[in-house]
Amino acid sequence: MPILSLIIWLTILGGLLTLFVGDQRCRMTALIISIIAFVLSMGLYFGFDNNTAEMQFVEFAEWLPSFGINYSLGVDGISAPLIILTTFINVIVVISAWEVIKDKPAMYLASFLIMTGFMVGVFAATDSILFYVFFEATLIPMFLIIGIWGGPRRVYATIKFFLYTFLGSVFMLVALIYMGNQADSFAIKALHELALSSKAQTLIFFAFFVAFAVKIPMWPVHTWLPDAHVEAPTAGSAVLAAIMLKMGGYGFMRFSLPVVPDASQQLAWLVILFSLIAVVYIGFVALAQADMKKLIAYSSISHMGFVTLGMFVIFGIIANSADGVESGHAVMALEGAMVQMISHGFISAAMFLCVGVLYDRVHSREIADYGGVVNTMPLFAAFIVFFAMANAGLPGTSGFVGEFMVILATFKANFWFAFLAASTLILGAAYTLWMIKRVIFGDVANDNVAALTDINQREKIMLGLLAAMVLFFGLWPAPMVDMMHATIENLVVQVTTSKL
Amino acid sequence: MENLGLAAPEMFLLCAICLILVGDLFVTDERKPLAYGLSQVALLVTLVLTWWISPDDGAVSAFGGSFIMDQMSVVCKSWILIVSIGVFLYSRDFVNAHRITNGEYYTLALSGVLGMMIMVSSATMLTLYLGLELLSLSLYAMVALKRTDAKSSEAAMKYFVLGALASGALLYGISMIYGATGSLHFNVIASSLAEGGQGSTAAVFGLAFLVVGIAFKFGAAPFHMWVPDVYEGAPTSVALYISAAPKIAAFALAIRFLVDGLETAHNSWQGMLIVLSLLSIVIGNLIALAQVSIKRMLAYSTISHVGFILLGILAGSQQGYSAAMFYAITYSFTSLGAFGVILAMDRMGVEVNLLTDLRGLFRRSPVYAVVMMLLLVSMTGVPPTVGFYAKLAVLSAAVKADLVWLAVIAVIFSVVGAFYYLRVIKYMFFDEPVEPLPVVAPIDVQLGLTINGAAIILFGIFPGLIMAACAAAFGL
Repeated sequence: MPILSLIIWLTILGGLLTLFVGDQRCRMTALIISIIAFVLSMGLYFGFDNNTAEMQFVEFAEWLPSFGINYSLGVDGISAPLIILTTFINVIVVISAWEVIKDKPAMYLASFLIMTGFMVGVFAATDSILFYVFFEATLIPMFLIIGIWGGPRRVYATIKFFLYTFLGSVFMLVALIYMGNQADSFAIKALHELALSSKAQTLIFFAFFVAFAVKIPMWPVHTWLPDAHVEAPTAGSAVLAAIMLKMGGYGFMRFSLPVVPDASQQLAWLVILFSLIAVVYIGFVALAQADMKKLIAYSSISHMGFVTLGMFVIFGIIANSADGVESGHAVMALEGAMVQMISHGFISAAMFLCVGVLYDRVHSREIADYGGVVNTMPLFAAFIVFFAMANAGLPGTSGFVGEFMVILATFKANFWFAFLAASTLILGAAYTLWMIKRVIFGDVANDNVAALTDINQREKIMLGLLAAMVLFFGLWPAPMVDMMHATIENLVVQVTTSKL
Repeated sequence: MENLGLAAPEMFLLCAICLILVGDLFVTDERKPLAYGLSQVALLVTLVLTWWISPDDGAVSAFGGSFIMDQMSVVCKSWILIVSIGVFLYSRDFVNAHRITNGEYYTLALSGVLGMMIMVSSATMLTLYLGLELLSLSLYAMVALKRTDAKSSEAAMKYFVLGALASGALLYGISMIYGATGSLHFNVIASSLAEGGQGSTAAVFGLAFLVVGIAFKFGAAPFHMWVPDVYEGAPTSVALYISAAPKIAAFALAIRFLVDGLETAHNSWQGMLIVLSLLSIVIGNLIALAQVSIKRMLAYSTISHVGFILLGILAGSQQGYSAAMFYAITYSFTSLGAFGVILAMDRMGVEVNLLTDLRGLFRRSPVYAVVMMLLLVSMTGVPPTVGFYAKLAVLSAAVKADLVWLAVIAVIFSVVGAFYYLRVIKYMFFDEPVEPLPVVAPIDVQLGLTINGAAIILFGIFPGLIMAACAAAFGL
């Protein structure tokens, strides 16, 4: 059964169907479609062979024979978990929009479903042009979601979002075309095997770097993210943080590292530098925020710094171990980056949804407008405190696993890198918990807070599902790590094989 | 004369034009819409005839080798006719509402189509020139169709004077080439230049004038000055006409001259086309940013797209030519749709002119807004619309020709271009409407626009449908 195509086209066509059934019945339609898509994607987990780094669930069809571009799909250990995350978040998104969105709900849900289809396509594509098509196609639905259902400065935010990411990715397109011509094939596997000169590798590295660094986003090209997050509707922020940012991280692992390993090695210092700036400096920036969504947005950037650190610190680890025994730590760094991406998908989505719960009731995202929410919303307070702990990397939650693996591996490369990275444990706790203290605890601050009602059944389900995931992977990350292990070991081999 | 049947579509169209022209004089005022119906039928029959007589493969020529029917001409003609059918459909109500004389509009437009078809099929420089002039003269008259409107007359005057100058340059170039090679036939020119190595100085000298003429007809910078004025001054239905099918004809013009005739001088014309292409992409995209009139904005956007078409041609490979052809075809039906939406929004003789007039279209008529969005996204070149594959094909050809730097500049400016397309989407989707009334359009126009929008997506998912025909046209 072509599971991948089914998921992609079910969600895209299901999105169109949702559009046509009208505003009355769109919610149920969207929910059913999103659940089917999730169940199908679980098939990836159960049918997955953990012992191979080869592509699985492969599908192939000729698409543009005159260009050698094919419709070819497949998953390996790094894309399968991301696809499952995508379809899971999609279910949450549909639940979160249930009665909140009153203006054109059918189109809203349709945009999310179609976007989910595209995002799954990004992770499943094994042809580079197909990847690019899906990568870019996600821009349009997100552009509309922020622009139509967003906050007061939505137009500025959404155009900035679009132009930033579009500018980033066009260079990648030229690089892909260039390599496609050299390799006479656009298959990603062919690009992995293509020999490239040092100069070409450097240029291609920067082309990819611009695309993925904007997407993930890295300091200093992160400025679109806080704007987009603040103005986007709740579910938009959740998808943006949970999945769209991961497309950048996925791109680094799928393209930058294996396609241009030598340039990645030479320029790893640059990425590590930016990552550490993101972890430390953006951590301080988050501390200073007065807007809850902005705070979480900056916290996302800081957490993504861990992801890029884990990916590029492997060169330092390998360099420090002449005998090759230490490649286990390189694998750990990459796995830590992956685990961090998945875990951040759950936690950031949960945090944005929590802010959304408050925003739906009070229509403010300012920290100063709240205080003592625990008195009126005890159950909600329990959830948000749990997610905040996870965001700060509390052991037992999934937020801890990835950070710990990355820090541990980083020690093998450079003590000071690890030291700076570890500062996030303090900074992350500081900005998250300080926000919680000001919003949740204390006395009831004003009449708005006094009038709050606790979360309803729908919100309980939504937050409960996410909390279960955070706890599950915090206590037992093995299913996820086992899935990606073979692929990442293979990736380390690819990265350490020079292409010159 | 044995192959006279090859020109059957053209001959039929000519007869139809005469019939409509004469018939229009005798029908009463209530029967005037007849001209529209007859014109559409004429186009359809011509289309069928074109397919009917098209050779299975290879090229067949007639009229002593001055008229040629090859794969490229079949594809180009088909799309010229299909796009023209759309043009007539979208313009009908506008033409009626603005009291533009029906018979004149349709006969002029049809003779323009005839001119384009002759251009596409010409195998000598003179045939090509004849077709070009038939098209140009029809266009001059069409721009001036609103006789009482000062802007329209001014635009027509400008267009005519500059167009005549460009035609003069083209003719001069033709005469130089004729002098250098001793023939008007493209295949003879090609073989005589091939024998003489890189070609004589006279031929290259003539080539420069040819390129000027081609650039003018394309509307490529720095010969683009007429484009915004004509788009703005001409009645919208005429701007629609100019922006759509003539781009395909201009592509054929360039291919016939530069590839069929002067491919051996590729090194000489590649440099010229690089300058034209670069300037068009840069100037078109930058100046479009500053426009407040939607017609002027689309005019500058056309200039930038012409830059991309030239980018494909200058790559100088079969792949590049087919990419440019794909680009010209997709652009012409994208532009067709964009003007179609603008025309559908025109009501009671009040033309949509400013970008802000599109404000809140999503709240007024979501379907039109979505169609327009798809068209604009396609012009931006974002997948999954067909515009992306057009850009991909052209860029791929440029990269193959070792012009990576040109491709990089082109994509950077397409990001600049993204801004003004997004701004229109912003007006349509994110702003509140000034007047909440929905856009009313007859059912056939609605259907046409929906098909137009759906085609953007359909060809975006299956770009191979057009691309294969374009590749086949150049023997790929």
